[in-house]
Amino acid sequence: MTALGTRARSAAGNRNTVVVASLIVLAVLYPTIVDSLQSLPLIGDFVPSTDSMVVMVVFSTMAIGLNMVVGYAGLLDLGYVAFYAVGAYTAGWFASQQFDQWSFQFGAVGIADGLPGIHISMWFVLLVAGLLTMFAGIVIGLPTLRLLGDYLAIVTLGFGEIVPQFVRNADNLGGFDLTHGTFGISPIDSLGFGAIGAAIGLPESFRQSSQRAEWYFWIAVLILLITIFCSVRLRDSRLGRAWIAIREDETAAAAMGIPLMRTKTWAYALGAFFGGVAGAFYASFKGGAFPADFYFNISVFLLCMVILGGIGSVWGVLLGGMILGYLNVEGLATIGSKIQQSGIPKLDGFDPTKYQFGIYGIIIVLMMLFRPTGLIPERRHKIEMVEGVHDTPFYDVQHEGTLTDRDPSDD
Amino acid sequence: MSNALGKLRSASVTDLIGLSLVGLVLVWLAINFVKEPADFINIALIGLTNGTIFGIVALGYTLVYGILQLINFAHGDVFALSGLVASTVIVSVLGLDEGASVMFIIVGLAFTLVVIMGGFALFNASIERVAYKPLRSAPRLAPLITAIGVSFIVQNIALAIYGVNYQTVPNFIPRTDVISIGSISYSWSKASVLIIVIPLLLVLSWFVSSTKQGKAMRAVAQDTEASAMMGIDVNRTISVTFLLAGALAGAAGIIYLLQFNMRYDTGFELGLIAFTAAVLGGIGNLTGAVVGALIIGFIQAFNEGLGWFAPGSDWTRTMVFGILILILVFRPEGILGEQTPEGA
Repeated sequence: MTALGTRARSAAGNRNTVVVASLIVLAVLYPTIVDSLQSLPLIGDFVPSTDSMVVMVVFSTMAIGLNMVVGYAGLLDLGYVAFYAVGAYTAGWFASQQFDQWSFQFGAVGIADGLPGIHISMWFVLLVAGLLTMFAGIVIGLPTLRLLGDYLAIVTLGFGEIVPQFVRNADNLGGFDLTHGTFGISPIDSLGFGAIGAAIGLPESFRQSSQRAEWYFWIAVLILLITIFCSVRLRDSRLGRAWIAIREDETAAAAMGIPLMRTKTWAYALGAFFGGVAGAFYASFKGGAFPADFYFNISVFLLCMVILGGIGSVWGVLLGGMILGYLNVEGLATIGSKIQQSGIPKLDGFDPTKYQFGIYGIIIVLMMLFRPTGLIPERRHKIEMVEGVHDTPFYDVQHEGTLTDRDPSDD
Repeated sequence: MSNALGKLRSASVTDLIGLSLVGLVLVWLAINFVKEPADFINIALIGLTNGTIFGIVALGYTLVYGILQLINFAHGDVFALSGLVASTVIVSVLGLDEGASVMFIIVGLAFTLVVIMGGFALFNASIERVAYKPLRSAPRLAPLITAIGVSFIVQNIALAIYGVNYQTVPNFIPRTDVISIGSISYSWSKASVLIIVIPLLLVLSWFVSSTKQGKAMRAVAQDTEASAMMGIDVNRTISVTFLLAGALAGAAGIIYLLQFNMRYDTGFELGLIAFTAAVLGGIGNLTGAVVGALIIGFIQAFNEGLGWFAPGSDWTRTMVFGILILILVFRPEGILGEQTPEGA
């Protein structure tokens, strides 16, 4: 029996490995085949460019980070955009001319010697951004994580609203310009392999190379893969199992000896870490950090990815992130122009990008009503959603029934 | 023994921090009052008007939360849509304008109130029916997430109908003063807010405290299952609650429109402020919602209007959410609320 089970599991594991490996190969080859894909008839117009793919991958990475908080630990975070903002602004502080009263360079690429401002190698900044964001997550988390459910959602929403306003106003904190106000920080340094890389034929600075989008895409995929790996390993770790226990029943988890505060704070901090890294990377790709990028809708957009894909399911969230990311950067605009070309008079002037959040709203509601476990459900979460973790309310009994003859399958 | 002592000490430290924050605010207000007394009172009157508007929106949040423990995110957007539809009723259907006679203003406003409140009561109850009712037995986050989705849908309905431009109505309520003492003045257009809201609040409190349906609402809020066993139709009670909340949102939309411009996304920010007010007063507590809203209204007006050491309108949002976070951390049950398990 056991041997059979092990073999079945390892066969499934092999299949997974093959699927994952082919997906990785496809992703790595994508920039080289995108041109031929785009010239295909009919579907060619719907194929996203490499530039769009970078954005999609970055947002998927954030969604997987958010999934650790919402999906694993069951803490509804409506202010994830705050972490994205902290990550982006960290990149701004440590890799741009923002603080031109100081001059410090360390491993930065693609800039002139003696350029004022702090310029630290972007690779290093990605890590620093992750750590700083993690710290921000702990600072926000410690006082608030003892709140339950929707109270926590509201507090995180509050932080998600405060951070952008702070960023917009913090251009004159006692005379000190921290964030450059509504203008944002720009330009932020590029990623690159520097002089050492240039010696073996790799681009010194992505932004100045002819393959800017390609290199950013490959690094984005690398970051995504690391995030997925960490996410899967964390889920199966002792900490991850503690998160899931808390999600399913906080009281029971505490009774089993799980330290609630510490475990929740870890979920928050680790979710924040990946949001920060993705935020810093995106800031480098865009070349700037602007306060207008960080508003509540982004938090909901990321949450929508998690819900569409399947709360708690890494592969589901990746799928959800790619689908919604595509609709956001290109898809809706493409569909809109197709509608215009189709010449249906009633739809003339209909621009789906204008209603994108209405469309996401419809997706959220339909998913919650008809497929609350998402496109690729996570097994445990599915059981939770089907059987419910709460007692059935008395008033909702469809047929006459009492506590004693109640059957979970009727619920 | 030592544990209890530690608990006592830590509680008093938190209280001390909280109280000293409140004390600082009071000192700040007192200094401002001494510096410019007339300005101070004018600003306080603005705060009273705004606070009243926040209060009537906050009541919608608190009613629904009391019954379903659901933060109805869509409430703010229902409010905004109702205000926009009211602008159509007032401008295109009735044609109320600046020269209108007093009788026409009163009848027209009453007509608008009845139509909008009735219409949006039904609208809100249908939202509940379609989006929240199927999720009664789902995990608690499910209806909350759905409410966010509904909020975006309602917002986009408003966007589709009214576009991105601000809608406004002519100043048909005269700006002449009700009272005017020195440089302190209070105009009819501001007073109209109180004239509409106070009767509504009286009717609401009569409904909740003295009718059978109101009693059922209080029972369901206290214990859903026990009230179901006592023969109360819980689903009907929830529908009635959403009808009430929708009617209040409609009224709020109209009085907001009489004071300010509005557009499709007005409801989001105002909804958050109103929700903060509801939490500040103690969510689920009707009096608390109004008290909390008045406090927020005053804080907002003082912050934006006072001359001495006021952060200004750039920081309003930060202040409001800062208060929300401080309240949830230090006193989650709110000013007038009871202890809830959420806090501990």
